[in-house]
Amino acid sequence: MNANEIDQQTLLQNEKDPLTHTPVHLLSLERVGKHYGNIIALSDVTMAVDNGRVTCVLGDNGAGKSTLIKIIAGLHQHDAGVLNIMGEERKFGSPRDALDAGIATVYQDLAVVPLMPIWRNFFLGSELTSGFGPFKSMDVEKMKEITLKELAAMGIDLRDVEQPIGQLSGGERQCVAIARAVYFGAKVLILDEPTAALGVKQSGVVLRYILQARDRGLGVIFITHNPHHAFPVGDRFLLLKRGKSIGYYDKKDITLDELTAQMAGGAELAELAHELEQLGGHGDIVKEVKGEVADVAQTTGKTYG
Amino acid sequence: MTITQTKTPAPTADERVAKRSPFQKLLGRPEIGALVGAIVLFVFFALVSPTFTQPNAFATVLYGSSTIGIMAVGVSLLMIGGEFDLSTGVAVISSALTASMFSWYFSTNVWVGVGLALVVSLGIGYINGWILMKTKLPSFIVTLATFLMLTGLNLGLTRLIGGGVSSPSISNMEGFDSARAVFASSVNIAGVDVKITVFIWIALVAVATWVLMRTRVGNWIFAVGGDANAARAVGVPVKATKIGLFMGVGFCAWILGMHNLFAFDTVQSGEGVGNEFLYIIAAVIGGCLLTGGYGSAIGGAIGAFIFGMANKGIVYAQWNPDWFKFFLGLMLLLATIVNLIVKRRAELK
Repeated sequence: MNANEIDQQTLLQNEKDPLTHTPVHLLSLERVGKHYGNIIALSDVTMAVDNGRVTCVLGDNGAGKSTLIKIIAGLHQHDAGVLNIMGEERKFGSPRDALDAGIATVYQDLAVVPLMPIWRNFFLGSELTSGFGPFKSMDVEKMKEITLKELAAMGIDLRDVEQPIGQLSGGERQCVAIARAVYFGAKVLILDEPTAALGVKQSGVVLRYILQARDRGLGVIFITHNPHHAFPVGDRFLLLKRGKSIGYYDKKDITLDELTAQMAGGAELAELAHELEQLGGHGDIVKEVKGEVADVAQTTGKTYG
Repeated sequence: MTITQTKTPAPTADERVAKRSPFQKLLGRPEIGALVGAIVLFVFFALVSPTFTQPNAFATVLYGSSTIGIMAVGVSLLMIGGEFDLSTGVAVISSALTASMFSWYFSTNVWVGVGLALVVSLGIGYINGWILMKTKLPSFIVTLATFLMLTGLNLGLTRLIGGGVSSPSISNMEGFDSARAVFASSVNIAGVDVKITVFIWIALVAVATWVLMRTRVGNWIFAVGGDANAARAVGVPVKATKIGLFMGVGFCAWILGMHNLFAFDTVQSGEGVGNEFLYIIAAVIGGCLLTGGYGSAIGGAIGAFIFGMANKGIVYAQWNPDWFKFFLGLMLLLATIVNLIVKRRAELK
């Protein structure tokens, strides 16, 4: 057991709601699990989200990150453990339920409908209407105006809200989706790998919006596989591997190097170096991997291989 | 605030947006290809056949267009919603048969049959949509099955109840005249008889356009056709929207079915097969994307108008109507290509 690894239960007990000073989280999961048929996608995951805090969920492909957010977003239902919203146990039947509870999700790939104009996307599912009964119509002018204003407030300088959103860059699309969630009064914002498909500069832009959303008092769940993106913005870090939690830390208890080491899995890297050597791999690459192993060993205080 | 702050406030007129002229805006509309095609075709037939532009002949063209156009409204919306319906052609006949057979067999006022036909038509649409949503099969397969089943039911039940291949005449039954006045009368405008279906068609297009452009449901229709998963994720009721679209098609089938019934007072049970393609063609010529998420109700109407012009124009030009299908195919191909080119150019600008 690593000295930095804190028992999840004690960590939770020390947390207090910043407003009410009662031990209640905006959103919390306790030993949540989910299986598809005989495949266990997620088991025993415990985490919490609070106002004005960023909780990062880190893990490699297949670690169970998507399953986790789908449970919180109401796309799937968990079949073990408890999901609490403001201390109240909930189980969401549909994404609408989750939205009504103030949980908004920005998906990496299905955030928006590409062929539709930006303003239609911005208000999709929550359109403003005026008029009565069957003659209710959308307040188009107001919706366009709000879209432009809200995006400007998030620092997104858009050209034309009438253009199809598919014409925007990946980063801009993510930002529109974030601005949308903020505008519609989300209390919890889930971001599914918002930086995965983006370049360095675009990623920086998205990270800035994450902080902006946090400063507006939202609880943010930031899903990523990149510790370099997670560490600067995160307050808490949940590490997932093969559907299980392998660590849950407060920022004060962990450094970027340790986070990276945990993510990379020192033992696996050592094994990889060994294998490459046996296969007669390129000398430089082997040396590089070995160097990495040494780094990891140094930061975690363990020896591998 | 400091004086060094030079950043301009939220730009309403951004210098990166070149002012688009109304003409360029028009080029970006989905139905522009069809509109150009319609104008070319109109001018062509006007030159080839002098009778084509005479009011009476034009009213006939409009009537022909409306019988396709009424269905094209529902089919266009459905296509924008990302689905497809192959059962529409026979569903029109099913509706007409329901109304006539029921009121004939039970000797009721024909309006009772008309009401029942509406329920049945909406029901067919509901079942189509419900099976589609439950099974997640492609709508092509589901509605192909409904198409075959309805074709069989139309023939089988008509023979079983009426003992023939056509429904018995209901022209002397109670309520027939008032129903004919609603569904199959003519309105005299400046000495020209214009069929009432033309007005129903225009009204339907207007309502559909309003729904599509100005209501939340319209927003949802675009969204479920453009990306159903994204729509679901932001809380759009995808299932209800798609089932509603199929029921909208059912409603259009009911109107056209009632027109067919009261225009001729009897219905051939084997009719309607193949018409579903005409409605789909009208929607596609009108700029609706086969894959969903893009298009307009007006486009479908223009597509139907092109169909009507070609159909009657060939007759007025005194050509052999055998050629009609060839022209229809050629037009479909040309219109789709023009749509594609215009859309690409409009997006580049």
